[in-house]
Amino acid sequence: MTLLRHLAVAVAVAIVVGLLTIKLNYYRDYQIAQIAAYVVAVAGLTVLIGLTGQISVGNGAFMAVGAYATALLQLHDGWLNSLGITGTWQIVVILVLSLLITAVGGAIFGMAAARLRGPYLAGATLMLAVAIPAAVADKYAGVFGGDQGLGVAVTTPGFLGTTFPPSRWQAWLTCAVALTALIALANLTRSRLGRSWRALRDDEVAASLAGLNVARLQILGFVVSAACAGLGGALLAIVSSIVSPGAYTLTLSIGLLTAAVLGGLGSLAGALWGSALFVLVPSYLTNVAQSHGGKLFGLSSGASPFVPIAAYGVVLIVVMLAFPSGIQGGLRRLFGPAAPLASEPLSLLRRRGPASEHQEEDTA
Amino acid sequence: MKRSHHAMAAIAGLACAAMVLAACSSSGSGSGSGSTKGALTASAPGITPTTITIGSHQPLTGPAAPGYSEIAPAADAYFKYVNAHGGIFGRKIVYKYLDDGYNPTNTSSVVHQLVLNDNVFAIFNGLGTPTHLAVVQYLNSQQVPDVFVASGCECWNDPSKYPDTFGWQLDYVREGKILGSYIAQHFKGKKIGYFYQNDEFGQDGVKGLDMEIPKSQVVARETYVPTNTKIGPAVAGLKAKGAQVVVSFSIPAFTALLKLTALGLNYNPQLVVSDVGSDPITLAGLLNSFAKKSGSFGNTLINGIITDGYLPSLGDSSNPWIALFKKIHDQYDPKAPFDGNVLYGMSVGYTFVESMFKAGRNPTRADLISAINAGLPQGVSVAPYAYSSSDHNGITGAYMGVIKNGVLTPQGGVLVTDDSPGGKVTAFSTQQPAPPASGIPSS
Repeated sequence: MTLLRHLAVAVAVAIVVGLLTIKLNYYRDYQIAQIAAYVVAVAGLTVLIGLTGQISVGNGAFMAVGAYATALLQLHDGWLNSLGITGTWQIVVILVLSLLITAVGGAIFGMAAARLRGPYLAGATLMLAVAIPAAVADKYAGVFGGDQGLGVAVTTPGFLGTTFPPSRWQAWLTCAVALTALIALANLTRSRLGRSWRALRDDEVAASLAGLNVARLQILGFVVSAACAGLGGALLAIVSSIVSPGAYTLTLSIGLLTAAVLGGLGSLAGALWGSALFVLVPSYLTNVAQSHGGKLFGLSSGASPFVPIAAYGVVLIVVMLAFPSGIQGGLRRLFGPAAPLASEPLSLLRRRGPASEHQEEDTA
Repeated sequence: MKRSHHAMAAIAGLACAAMVLAACSSSGSGSGSGSTKGALTASAPGITPTTITIGSHQPLTGPAAPGYSEIAPAADAYFKYVNAHGGIFGRKIVYKYLDDGYNPTNTSSVVHQLVLNDNVFAIFNGLGTPTHLAVVQYLNSQQVPDVFVASGCECWNDPSKYPDTFGWQLDYVREGKILGSYIAQHFKGKKIGYFYQNDEFGQDGVKGLDMEIPKSQVVARETYVPTNTKIGPAVAGLKAKGAQVVVSFSIPAFTALLKLTALGLNYNPQLVVSDVGSDPITLAGLLNSFAKKSGSFGNTLINGIITDGYLPSLGDSSNPWIALFKKIHDQYDPKAPFDGNVLYGMSVGYTFVESMFKAGRNPTRADLISAINAGLPQGVSVAPYAYSSSDHNGITGAYMGVIKNGVLTPQGGVLVTDDSPGGKVTAFSTQQPAPPASGIPSS
């Protein structure tokens, strides 16, 4: 039943997105493709934080892993060609492989981090976010193309004709992949695993007394979130047709986190709102700044490039003040019945974060 | 039942977002009708009877912003001057430049916006080698003119693969050869070290240097990446190998870092810097701000740096080009310092206006490409252009000079060369033509 309902929602979303891509101009198609890429990564993060109660500020690095895997697989695609996998199917196979590669990376990191909690875990993931772009740009420039990065090419399949707008095809491809990933995640969160994660999040001791393997569940959480980030990164590589370290800095990792919080932690629909704001708000504000001759609010032309970032921060603050449980939480409050307290993951995080640290300090 | 409420909320929200998006979307451009001789028509995307809209990606923030962020406003100032004096066949130029922070992924995003959303006629003077490489394929696949890229990479000169892309400034291979031949002549037997940006920019420059400087003389080759400002080990490497002359293919911020880091190591080699990273006013300002000093600190440090110039020297106020651009700068861009970046922006703006006049009254995108392929006369630069249907490089030569008291002082005449290993560096003695009296090129 759950699967059927998720499929029905997905079909409805697919129809809306399909109509949108045809109705809107090509640039909106490009933005939809960008949103689809980010939504996968944000959804993975929101599951990690909202369901398992672990925090990561390093998922941008996992996006980089997926993106570089895609670029490198495409660069060395001889073996795929010899297997007869070409064209659009090759892209699909490369996406799946990139996801698997990042999942393995997530598993390794998850095992290393399974003993860490709260801010210590965040610190470890922070290291990842800082180290990976630097390693890629500087240390192994020969393999990864340095700061310039690697190109990724996507061709529109032949049956759509030569005049079919490439950005619409990108939007279709990325949205199809994103929807598949979201259905999988939605089912996962409703499954036994999802319930175990929630138990773990609400009370680790009680969960382990109930027979749950805490470490294994936490590692699994990391694997799922890393795999999603990797897939999102791979999609972003396809959308922007380039993979370069500058795109996967700490700023991106933090951006993913804010998008997850903005949308509503733990909610997949929230991941969609968060990603949409993440893509649309800065681009909209850049346009506004441009139409005022680059002199928004009477700022000098040197300061106005920073306005979009600052405004994104303001949006974040306003949403958090108005809807502490994110946009999806706000929508639920407006359109649905009152949400039970337990589904406000932010307050849960607050309880789990510094508070649990104090307890540890007390006993030490 | 609760869950289906969540789903309903999600769908309701999605529908709202859909409506907002739909409201934002612009309608496609009207198709141009057959042009009659006199009337101005919407002959191509981005061209209306009254305007020509062009776009660009520029590092307004990030590691390349110091100095380079002045280029697009300067070009825009020149366009405003042209607009105020009749425009191009009466059309006004609308120049929309977006910030990419010198980050190739951002470049891809803003160029998609300019082409798909803002419907620009051409991408003009997109800045940076790593950044522009991210979009060159896309622009050519969409047949959007990609003119006068603000980078001297040889990558733009590939007319069979990239028919719509043109370089403009002296390409790095030619520049490397000109710097290299000067070094081979003036620093015979000295130990030479290279310091360069580890991408096509630096690598092309080194390619040119290696064509002229004997291999045995080069004792060290150190690189940097623009995202990592810790260049201590690289500079220490140059010092350890005893390089007496350091040739630097670097952006301004990293030329300044090189100078400061060497100073910290008590190492004082003769610096020879590519025009890309040697604008005296930008360098002096950067040195002052990095070292938290003021006054003449920066200017004293850059005294004696050897570099090249392919535009007239800013110190030469008798040059009619400098006089023209100074006048426009004072009226339309007075807040920026009148430095090499401003001169660059106005010069490349002039070249664009010149090629638009050549492209005709109601030009298509293909008309602009054929106009440049037919060659442009020498104008703002000290050496002629290379443009032809088989060569998309721009300026072909430069003069050597030394920075003295914050001004580039030319040493000797203009040198020209080609981009091949065998091609000689030769003197070019033709006098640079003066600008038209109006300051605006005509058809």
